[in-house]
Amino acid sequence: MSAITETLRQPGRLRSTVSDWWVLTWRNLLTYIRKPDLLVFSTIQPVMFVLLFVFVFGGTFDRILPPGVPYVDFLMPGIFVQTAIFASTQTGVGLADDLQKGLIDRFRSLPMARSAVLAGRTAADTVSVTVQTVLMLIVAYLVGYRLHEGTAEALLAFVGVVSVGYAFTWVSAFAGLSLKTIEAVQAALFTIVFPFVFVSTAFVPLATFPSWLKPFVEHNPVTIWVDTVRVLTLGELYSSETSKLFAHVQSLGTLMWLSVLWFSGFLAFFSFLGVRRYRKT
Amino acid sequence: MSEPAILVEGLVKRYGKVVALDGIDLHVPPATVLGLLGPNGAGKTTAVRILTTLLRPDAGKATVAGLDVVRQAEELRHVIGLAGQNAAVDENLTGLENLEMVGRLYHVPAAEARRRGEELLERFELTAAANRTAKTYSGGMRRRLDLGASLVGRPQVLFLDEPTTGLDPRSRLEMWDIIRELVNEGTTLLLTTQYLEEADRLADKIAVIDLGKVIAEGTSDELKARVGGEVLALRVADRERAAEAAGEVLGLGPGGGNVDNNTGEITIPVGSEGTAILTEAVRRLDSQGIRLADIGLRRPTLDDVFLALTGHAAEGGSEDWASEDGDRSKKRKRDKERART
Repeated sequence: MSAITETLRQPGRLRSTVSDWWVLTWRNLLTYIRKPDLLVFSTIQPVMFVLLFVFVFGGTFDRILPPGVPYVDFLMPGIFVQTAIFASTQTGVGLADDLQKGLIDRFRSLPMARSAVLAGRTAADTVSVTVQTVLMLIVAYLVGYRLHEGTAEALLAFVGVVSVGYAFTWVSAFAGLSLKTIEAVQAALFTIVFPFVFVSTAFVPLATFPSWLKPFVEHNPVTIWVDTVRVLTLGELYSSETSKLFAHVQSLGTLMWLSVLWFSGFLAFFSFLGVRRYRKT
Repeated sequence: MSEPAILVEGLVKRYGKVVALDGIDLHVPPATVLGLLGPNGAGKTTAVRILTTLLRPDAGKATVAGLDVVRQAEELRHVIGLAGQNAAVDENLTGLENLEMVGRLYHVPAAEARRRGEELLERFELTAAANRTAKTYSGGMRRRLDLGASLVGRPQVLFLDEPTTGLDPRSRLEMWDIIRELVNEGTTLLLTTQYLEEADRLADKIAVIDLGKVIAEGTSDELKARVGGEVLALRVADRERAAEAAGEVLGLGPGGGNVDNNTGEITIPVGSEGTAILTEAVRRLDSQGIRLADIGLRRPTLDDVFLALTGHAAEGGSEDWASEDGDRSKKRKRDKERART
């Protein structure tokens, strides 16, 4: 018996952990391939948002925003971040489903890395976030969205959006493992995430909010992330010097720093909670 | 003497104030089958979850294949297989992909995982469905696939938690054949079930568990012997009069009996006084004008055992009758004391 125990402790441990992560990522990616409607329907919603906002509010906002800043160019960074955050709901839904079907019990009885279920799930869902962001970019171009800065800035913005999605897959994972049913996960995430996304600068400038809400909007992490993407894609057009509407906008350096800080905070906090939940479930 | 495949001593698990396991002891020698028999909520699943490292016990000790379930949980997972209550298969993967995935998670090389998967599909007659997603499988097929997944790692000790619950009779028979075959090959198996027939057919030894305690243990014959001799079984022609009939005859045996109002069946353990009690029962019922559809003496079944030990039937639907007072909890307590002595 001790011979077996010893062979199990041999190195190769990192290799087997990476292999477990990959097997679980592969398994979750296959689900997206087998059920393309999952991706289609989660893309339809943000497309609806784009069309509604651009064609319903566009007329008004085009007149309010400073010259050279069409509403669609202002709006899309908000939509990208919103899409990434909402898409991450799938992580919690998927985990709740696995829990209900008894798959989590099976995984926990196997000699695999404890981290693999969550790592594989969040990785696969981040791939889905990436695909949805690309799809949204295409839709954006079709309704007249244009980048004002260079490719490097655009790429950085893209990485930022996907990173926000990744951080939220961990928020979602924690919700999924805690609430355990698909319906509860969806209800809880939308109730908590909606106010954060809408009471931010994602769709309208800070100046349009009532003054009692402004402090919340200004320090809302969604505002920080959206503003960062905006500065990276609009450049000088989105700065305190261009218009009074943008008076709160900080410099790119500050925004980048704050963005990374919020991202790391979310990731560290919720991955810690998620992993702890998984061990106890 | 070889070490036991499963050894459990004084295992306790509480969920808040609810005591799920109240100090159970189990001893399963290698290459044998232990049937853990008990009603819903008896603590069967809790026991399986502790033995497969999914849950930590609050007190007591348990080893599987010589490995401690808490301190050596990681090593232990290499040598066990688990098929839980619901068929834990990924609906969006094909049958083969499901087995390959589990094989890879046991750290079997990819090609070998595939080979084992194909082998198991062949064995469980799923080859034709190997490349279909599990979503399209019937309940019986899913169970077979789930069982296959629990075998991919070639476990020394296998745990099956209610492997046939929810299956139609035909699939259940198929499952029994498969399990019996595994057992013949020398796998140590711990099986939980609420079906007495299942424990009777598959298990070498049966541990009857109720309210978190093992209340009796032995081979199915040994357990049946506990009822003590024969059982008088009679069925009243007019079901409406079952209760009335019960009132007449239940006092005849040494220790109460059971009446099922739905079927009109009354069973009474009669010890060695079978013939005399039967004659008396017929006489009494006849004098009351209660007609019988059937009456006879028979060897006790596990149902009778279960009833005698727990004071309630294994599956719902029948009402137990204590000899005079009808006090269910008192009777249960007394029965359990009797079972322990």
